[in-house]
Amino acid sequence: MIPELGHYALVLALFVAIVQSTLPMVGAATRNDAWMAVARPCAYAQMALVLLAYAALTWAHAVSDFSVQNVVSNSHSLKPMLYKISGVWGNHEGSMILWVVMLSVFGAAVALFGRNLPPTLKARVLSVQGLIGVGFLLFVLVTSNPFIRVIPPPLDGRDLNPLLQDPGLAFHPPFLYAGYVGFSMAFSFAVAALIEGRVDPAWARWVRPWTLAAWSALTMGIAMGSWWAYYELGWGGWWYWDPVENASLMPWLAGTALLHSAVVVEKRDALKTWTILLAIITFSLSLMGTFLVRSGILTSVHAFAVDPARGVFILVLLVIATGGSLLLYSVRAPNLKAGGLFAPVSREGTLVLNNLLLSTATATVFIGTLYPLFLDVLNLGKVSVGPPFFNATFVPLAIPMVAAMVVGPMMAWKRGDLPGALTRLWFAALAALASAAVALWVTGGPWLALVGVALGVWALVGSLVELAERVRLFRIPLRDTWVRTANLPRSAWGMTIAHASMGIAILGMTGTSAWQAEVIKAMRPGETAEVAGYAVTFDGVRQSEIDNFRSDMGAFTVRRNGAVIASLSPERRFYPVTRMTTTEAAIHTTWVSDVYVALGDPNEAGAWTVRLYHHPLVPWIWIGGVGMMLGGLVSLSDRRFRVGAPERRAARAGAVQPAE
Amino acid sequence: MTRKKRRLYMLLLALLGLGTATALTMTAFQDNIVFFFSPTDLQTQQAQGKAVGDRNFRLGGLVEDGSFKRLPDGISYEFRVTDTVNVVQVAYRGQLPDLFREGQGVVAEGKLRPDGVFLAREVLAKHDENYMPPEVTDALKRADHFKETAKTVKQ
Repeated sequence: MIPELGHYALVLALFVAIVQSTLPMVGAATRNDAWMAVARPCAYAQMALVLLAYAALTWAHAVSDFSVQNVVSNSHSLKPMLYKISGVWGNHEGSMILWVVMLSVFGAAVALFGRNLPPTLKARVLSVQGLIGVGFLLFVLVTSNPFIRVIPPPLDGRDLNPLLQDPGLAFHPPFLYAGYVGFSMAFSFAVAALIEGRVDPAWARWVRPWTLAAWSALTMGIAMGSWWAYYELGWGGWWYWDPVENASLMPWLAGTALLHSAVVVEKRDALKTWTILLAIITFSLSLMGTFLVRSGILTSVHAFAVDPARGVFILVLLVIATGGSLLLYSVRAPNLKAGGLFAPVSREGTLVLNNLLLSTATATVFIGTLYPLFLDVLNLGKVSVGPPFFNATFVPLAIPMVAAMVVGPMMAWKRGDLPGALTRLWFAALAALASAAVALWVTGGPWLALVGVALGVWALVGSLVELAERVRLFRIPLRDTWVRTANLPRSAWGMTIAHASMGIAILGMTGTSAWQAEVIKAMRPGETAEVAGYAVTFDGVRQSEIDNFRSDMGAFTVRRNGAVIASLSPERRFYPVTRMTTTEAAIHTTWVSDVYVALGDPNEAGAWTVRLYHHPLVPWIWIGGVGMMLGGLVSLSDRRFRVGAPERRAARAGAVQPAE
Repeated sequence: MTRKKRRLYMLLLALLGLGTATALTMTAFQDNIVFFFSPTDLQTQQAQGKAVGDRNFRLGGLVEDGSFKRLPDGISYEFRVTDTVNVVQVAYRGQLPDLFREGQGVVAEGKLRPDGVFLAREVLAKHDENYMPPEVTDALKRADHFKETAKTVKQ
């Protein structure tokens, strides 16, 4: 009964979305207030119905209702409750419903918080949002219905892919989707602005918080995914340039560019058409990511089911959304009035540079990811493009990007003073050179790693120097500096935190890529192996049965200079239902480096394959990732974005009334 | 700064970016594309005198039944990869993926040693029991086709 209720709610949501996507759009064109006003209740109703459907599916999973096909395929009665809940989005159908949930929540958020939007813009934004909803609800109902029943119901389910039964991955999809789908807001605003025929600073002020929220969520989602890969796949890698990873990196790069170009629109009323284009591209890349991952043309944990109909459906959605919006762009964008002028050397100039490098980087990732697919489709042979390609293209673009990232905020709007900015950064430059010299002395490491260290320190210290300059530390009395610090807008804090965190993440990436130590050995209980100065003793393996798996848990003691510093218990789990084995690495972290132990399989002679790693600086990758997300959130809390900041609302509303 | 001049600067910058990206991509493509070969592909190439040389490539097929051996050091392995027509000997040192099994599909990346043994740098994991890498499925299909034609020729 409850699954049918969910199915019914989903169908109702489709019809609400159809109304939402048509009536307000027509109403906005004909200035019919009543029709435009339909958008808001529709957005609420769509959200309520989709949430109801989602709740119904969650209920079926939670109580293990094995008369539902989706539960049979992806659950098991012995599975822990956490994974019964997360299993809802751990499969194709459920994850698409989660996508629609996010979409409708964002739509309802515009309806709720967008009270001071001009009525036509709001009607059009919600209408476009409704249109995307129609596409995806149709997709779910036609190709991926999670509420299909099985008769007769089996006694138990086939269990969820064990790799996905992990706390780190349980919450990775919701964050990732919040990011992907969050960019639909920028897209809807861009399309609405094109129809409206006007883009102004106020428009950017509405778009920026949504983009910031989406970007923060996506950053967190990617960081979680990479963390999961690091400890769950057992080889200690944090990024593999896998097409599935690239699918999330591309919207992130484009979204980062969008975030920065929207600043220029907001502050200087320039780069308008470019920003619109970026908004369209960012969401198109999100859609493409969904297509790549869900169509089954890529091979990975994420490719749940290979069903060509689904791939074709998403491809059609992608073509309609991207093609339609680009067509609209080509017709309407030339009519948008260009705004403020600026010199090449200025804050705007550095933001243009940032955008240029980010889009170029996105393009190289795009080519590297899709090239093998093209060749395959044209039957020109099977190739794969691996990490060496991306390292050779992405890294040379990232280096100037990070170098410029520190200089940009030091420049004035309109016309900047490059020598002046560089002079004020002397301390950061000194710190960068000094740390590279120390790295050379300690490790003698490869020159690229030294560049990485210098860049990371440059970004970290440079961002702090920028903050110190802003509050005029040591130039005016400390008390005045304190007052300035307290009065600094949140967006300034957000930028400093995000940029400094980027520096921390770069240090982490450099450290582990250049200086990781690896030992693979067949070890018998009692034996000791050495990795990077740590002595790791294998004490034995204990077997046990837990929930829905059997566990071989190794016991290891880590010593440094004879003193015990940690005992580690890496695990090897066998899931009988899916007949799969997974590796749970054990990690001892000092926050500056990780000692990483993964247990392999035993051989006939009673020895176990053991992998030992020492990863210097690796935790900083995720500290940096979380920091970037926090930077985004702090910036989001800036008062100029906050809803109903009273003294500004009047000015805003006044500034954007259509001039009729 | 006039609007025209600014547009020119922007255009030049954009072209510069595009040029850099193209140059980077092209050079990277030249060195870093990894081809996929089945044992039969390798055979045909050698017959045609086109050596794979020192290039990295991916070898795919099935792990031949009864070919898997663990060497005395406990972490080196030998096995043969077959597409039911031709066979390639593979040597690998490292941890095998959890789902590595005889008779199952496998994709390995590495180089061909002069003695004809494929030295794998990496054996790729697949993620579930029923899943067969599409390249392998394709290679097996082509090998089947090859057998069919070979039969007709003999007749």
